[in-house]
Amino acid sequence: MAVHHIEGKAKRGREALALPMAVYAALFVGLSLLYIIGLSFLNRGEGFSASPPVTADNYLRIISPLYLRSLLLSLRLAALTALFCLLLGYPFAYFLAKARPKARAWLLMLLIVPFWTNALIRIYGWKILFSASGPVNSALLSLGLIGRPLKLLYTDFAVLVGMIYAMIPFMVLPVYSSVERMDWAMVEASRDLGASPLKAFLTVTVPMTLPGVLAGLVLTFIPSVGLFFLSDLLGGSNTMLWGNMVHNELLKSRDLPFAAALSVVLLTLTGLVILIYRRMGGKAESMVFLGRRFIFETQ
Amino acid sequence: MKKNSPWASFYLALILVLLYLPVLMVVLFSFNSNPGRTANFQFEGFSLQWYRDLFDPVTGYGTALTTSLVLAGWSVLFSAVIGTLGAIGMVRRPRRRGLIGRAGHAALGAGEQIAVLPIMIPEIILGLALMALFSFIGIPFGMPALVLSHVAFCVPYIFITVKGRLASLDPGLEEAARDLGATPLKVLATVTLPLSFPAILSGCLLAFAMSMDDFVISFFVNGPQTTTLPLKVYSSVKVGVPPHVNALCTVMLGVVFTLVALGQLIQAGNLKRKDRLGYAGRDGLTGGLVP
Amino acid sequence: MSDRPVLLSLRGLRKTFDTQEAVSGLDLEVFAGEFLTLLGPSGCGKTTTLRIIAGLEMPSAGSVLLDGQDITALAPEKRAVNTVFQNYALFPHMNVAKNIAYGLRMRGAGKEEIARKTAEMLELVQLTGYGKRMPGQLSGGQRQRVAIARSLILSPRILLLDEPLGALDLQLRRQMQVELKRMQQKLGITFIYITHDQEEALLMSDRVALMRGGRFVQVGTPLELYEHPQTAFAASFIGETNLIAGRAAAVKEGEVLLDIAGFSLPCESFDWITPGEELLLCVRAQRMHLSTEPVNAPCRLKGELVENHYAGGERTSLVRLPDGQTVRVRHSTENDAGLAPGSEVFCWWNMPSGVLVRDDREEGQ
Repeated sequence: MAVHHIEGKAKRGREALALPMAVYAALFVGLSLLYIIGLSFLNRGEGFSASPPVTADNYLRIISPLYLRSLLLSLRLAALTALFCLLLGYPFAYFLAKARPKARAWLLMLLIVPFWTNALIRIYGWKILFSASGPVNSALLSLGLIGRPLKLLYTDFAVLVGMIYAMIPFMVLPVYSSVERMDWAMVEASRDLGASPLKAFLTVTVPMTLPGVLAGLVLTFIPSVGLFFLSDLLGGSNTMLWGNMVHNELLKSRDLPFAAALSVVLLTLTGLVILIYRRMGGKAESMVFLGRRFIFETQ
Repeated sequence: MKKNSPWASFYLALILVLLYLPVLMVVLFSFNSNPGRTANFQFEGFSLQWYRDLFDPVTGYGTALTTSLVLAGWSVLFSAVIGTLGAIGMVRRPRRRGLIGRAGHAALGAGEQIAVLPIMIPEIILGLALMALFSFIGIPFGMPALVLSHVAFCVPYIFITVKGRLASLDPGLEEAARDLGATPLKVLATVTLPLSFPAILSGCLLAFAMSMDDFVISFFVNGPQTTTLPLKVYSSVKVGVPPHVNALCTVMLGVVFTLVALGQLIQAGNLKRKDRLGYAGRDGLTGGLVP
Repeated sequence: MSDRPVLLSLRGLRKTFDTQEAVSGLDLEVFAGEFLTLLGPSGCGKTTTLRIIAGLEMPSAGSVLLDGQDITALAPEKRAVNTVFQNYALFPHMNVAKNIAYGLRMRGAGKEEIARKTAEMLELVQLTGYGKRMPGQLSGGQRQRVAIARSLILSPRILLLDEPLGALDLQLRRQMQVELKRMQQKLGITFIYITHDQEEALLMSDRVALMRGGRFVQVGTPLELYEHPQTAFAASFIGETNLIAGRAAAVKEGEVLLDIAGFSLPCESFDWITPGEELLLCVRAQRMHLSTEPVNAPCRLKGELVENHYAGGERTSLVRLPDGQTVRVRHSTENDAGLAPGSEVFCWWNMPSGVLVRDDREEGQ
């Protein structure tokens, strides 16, 4: 019908505004991801390239103790990071939400400001702290708690501390926003109905803030699997995380198809986590966004 | 009910101290006269030599900073256009009829999903993928490749911020403008864009910060002439323990504190203005997407 | 009203959203200078109809004619029709004067004209001196006036108003009802007004179009709708109404004898009534009278007073008929001594106050 035509044109015109974005994303995100999926099924070619025939060798190679150990290590580290971020970050977020508005604004700002500086430099601070003659060892020595300097730097412990340090705001912020949005009258109602403060917390506050916790867990878990520079700077030579594997295959062995296969495994893992998160009712894009936009949340 | 115990305050303070400890170390050691080329971190005396080092062109920090600023500038410019248009196009889309209409609708929807992927997947994947793609189609590593990559992960920040703001707007505003004689283009210029301006600004700032801070993706697609600041820091920290990195961090902290203070002032001004405008919701710098 | 020329015609208007039909076949003529109200429960399609007239919604079928010209496919910005939106939709980033001047600016009017007409409009809605304020600083009533001024500045042929008073408190509502009506009469602009408030509709309108399920149930003057409802829905939607079920026992010319609970009541007949048909007798609660003595009236029912609710100047009494039906009577409290629950009472009314309708209450919901 002619009638439909005109309105349809106007609205389609508006939708067409999204075309550059869709095309750009398809070209540089969609296509590049498809490309490495394709690469991962090819053989290593001359120099830094790939060549046919199609093969599943790269994936078969991953099923080896070396890589499985690295995968396990990465997953364990990411899980530990997420767990500690939750244990440390939940109370922080909870108390933050309960603080007086003025104090809250200051606390949030203090939480955020260090994260405005470069991540590498912040990690570098830990390097100073953890070094053999650094402040931590000096303090422990002078207190007489240890006889000789502990080896802190270049250990899995240092990597874990660095990860928690880098990721904790991504836990605090989503939890904070869910605690802040919670209606405190519900907690009062549960107290009124006979719950002890602990019971009220467990039966009302925890379930009500669960979405924030879930978002925080995903937000701290996913990046932890892929961060390679952290273990590069703080970890020992045998702390080979999945990210380090990709990095090494690419830059040292220059084996592009194999590095691609390693990335595809990571991509699949990420997809799985996001899928589970969505199944549990989370909204992935807003969740990720929420976590990263914290640097502007200064109120 | 809504009151913190002394223990709670203590806990808040403790975590903050832990967060600031590494930063304080960096600031402190930036004034250390110990050259500390080895992993020997002991404070030996006050010195400003690392600051002098930092501003010495030979060390290359100035060039790296310029590279980062140029990269972030171009990336934010392109992503602001692409992301804002994307948000306007994708918000409140009408359903389509017919096979072609539905297919187009689905394709655009898929495009949206793909566009926000870069901030959901680990950066190393996108870095590797873009590196592989660029070397395949022959885009030389360097500034063009860097800008193309940064736009890919800057777009979602702007897109989501602006879309959130537009979705929170009363759809009646645009209809009222049409009703009062504005063509679709004029509606965009006089209603939609002015109202989403705070969100565009907020998204751009966020994207700018992300671009300036990006290490992983830049690491894969940079060229010999385009060492960005994070790359420069990484190579310095990786090779030895050059104390002027401490100086750099201290300078950055100083800049950040100034910016945050400025931001607070603007926000305070915005609040006053907002009070006058009577906007609903908390937007300003945060584009109405504050959780 | 029909002596005036037709300004707007809706012809066979339909609108389907996905599978839901919001408007299913509307035909209506709107006359120049009239105040027409679309009245109906929420979801009856009145807002969709308004949006189709404004050009904000495209009908699935049918056409809209303004001054005899088909404007169905015309973009909203090209129609000499303006809208006052339900929540006003004032531009929050523009001050009052800029909001009001928006339409003129879009037309490319000169500075001098804009300034003059804006001042005129501010005066019309009694907001002179508020031009520099932002919408957020205004009260609900003031915002509403700005919205009206903003739409009227273009001197539209028709002003569409979508529940403009819905957000106001009762007192302000009453005041604005009178003001709007006065404004409409002064300017002579055709108003098409949406409300779900039947009292508002009766008070303000020249004609009311009662809608249900995307269709017009009855279109007429407030008097016609109140005194001569054509269906049970129309009768029950407007005013406080008794719908008493009965059977048409005998049909004579001009009169029907209705059998209700063993009483035989004469009612005005319509040519569609067939003998033996089940019908509803509609009598307004205010038109019912109550007495403890037998009354010499042809339209009279006897029953037991079951409930008695005092509400100041008026009292609502519920009377149970022998067959179990309940009749609601609203009467003055002036001389109602002796009306105690349990007593035997008579309800009566004048024959023209009773209207026979068919039961359509379950349809189209």
